[in-house]
Amino acid sequence: MMVGGIVFAAVHGTMDSVTDSFLSSSTEAIKLCIYMLGVMGVWSGMMEIGIASGLMKQIEKALSPFIEWLFPDIAKEEKVKEYMSVNIAANILGLGWAATPAGLKTMEELQKINGKHMEKSSFQKNMLEKADSKRMASDTMCGFLVLNISSLQLIPINMVAYRAQYGSVDPAGIILPAMIATLVSTIAGILFIKLMTRRKHG
Amino acid sequence: MKYVVYVSNYIIPFVMFYIILYGFLHKTDVYESFLKGVSDGIQTVIHITPTMIALFVSVGIVRDSGALEWICNIFEPAGRLMHIPTEIIPVFIVRVFSSSAAVSFVMDIFKNYGPDSKTGLIVSIMMSCTETIFYTITIYYMSIKIKKTRWTLPGALCATICGTIASIVIAGFLM
Repeated sequence: MMVGGIVFAAVHGTMDSVTDSFLSSSTEAIKLCIYMLGVMGVWSGMMEIGIASGLMKQIEKALSPFIEWLFPDIAKEEKVKEYMSVNIAANILGLGWAATPAGLKTMEELQKINGKHMEKSSFQKNMLEKADSKRMASDTMCGFLVLNISSLQLIPINMVAYRAQYGSVDPAGIILPAMIATLVSTIAGILFIKLMTRRKHG
Repeated sequence: MKYVVYVSNYIIPFVMFYIILYGFLHKTDVYESFLKGVSDGIQTVIHITPTMIALFVSVGIVRDSGALEWICNIFEPAGRLMHIPTEIIPVFIVRVFSSSAAVSFVMDIFKNYGPDSKTGLIVSIMMSCTETIFYTITIYYMSIKIKKTRWTLPGALCATICGTIASIVIAGFLM
């Protein structure tokens, strides 16, 4: 991508803006990371309290039928399910910054069990896959990310704020339509997940 | 409207309050757990910092070199064929890569057409119904060093496109 962008700039004579861009975007990345250190730190702390007090278990219990239906591969992996539930719950509430640490934790746990559920074919192929399996996303990882990207947020508060800022008559008027659109994109995502994992689970 | 903003402002403090209260009621060492979690979270952020820099610089270069605009121009005739306002195409494409860039496009649309115009409505709904694909995939997969993402991107695009179509249709009903 970087190379492509630079070649494009060379052809179109926009090299100066690329230089600027390199400086400003690397600074922007660090700024965001420092910001994230604080916000994600606090949310991870909150999550840890939730783990210790058993609150996460409650959330997991509530969401686990849904998770097990969507990702049968992890039906017996309690830890993954816990983090995933928190991620889903936080997404629904619109707490993006709380969802990210839980999501990353989910991926970490998924990576630990990656390769476990691979179909066993011939022995040799199996060996090959094993060596490579930690570099390859599992079905559950793909599905989990699709679910995250399809967005579960109920109230798009940022957009409401932007609309208000630009003098909309009814800034909150998009909440219901946005909910429907979110529902559509999420259902599309879930259908896609089911379609991709169907062959394996019959 | 006021009510919604009111509720939204209360979600975060309420969730935090509830977690801590729940911790106390279940006799957890709240402070100790909190500290452990924070250092865990900081580790995670430090872990993904190099990825963030790589991602931001690549997106920045593609955007500022004008390559993104060029891509958008290619898709414009297609949009005109489908009778959708051409202004929403750059928003859609940029949104795949970077949320903040997409927001600045949306601001432009609000400024030029007003947030209550049809275009304004479409982008409002569109922005609300999906996340940034590229950012999410990169951060999540790079944090565990996955190289082959298999069907993640097609799945994400499928969800995003369906959400976008829904936004256009819904906005059509509202107008």
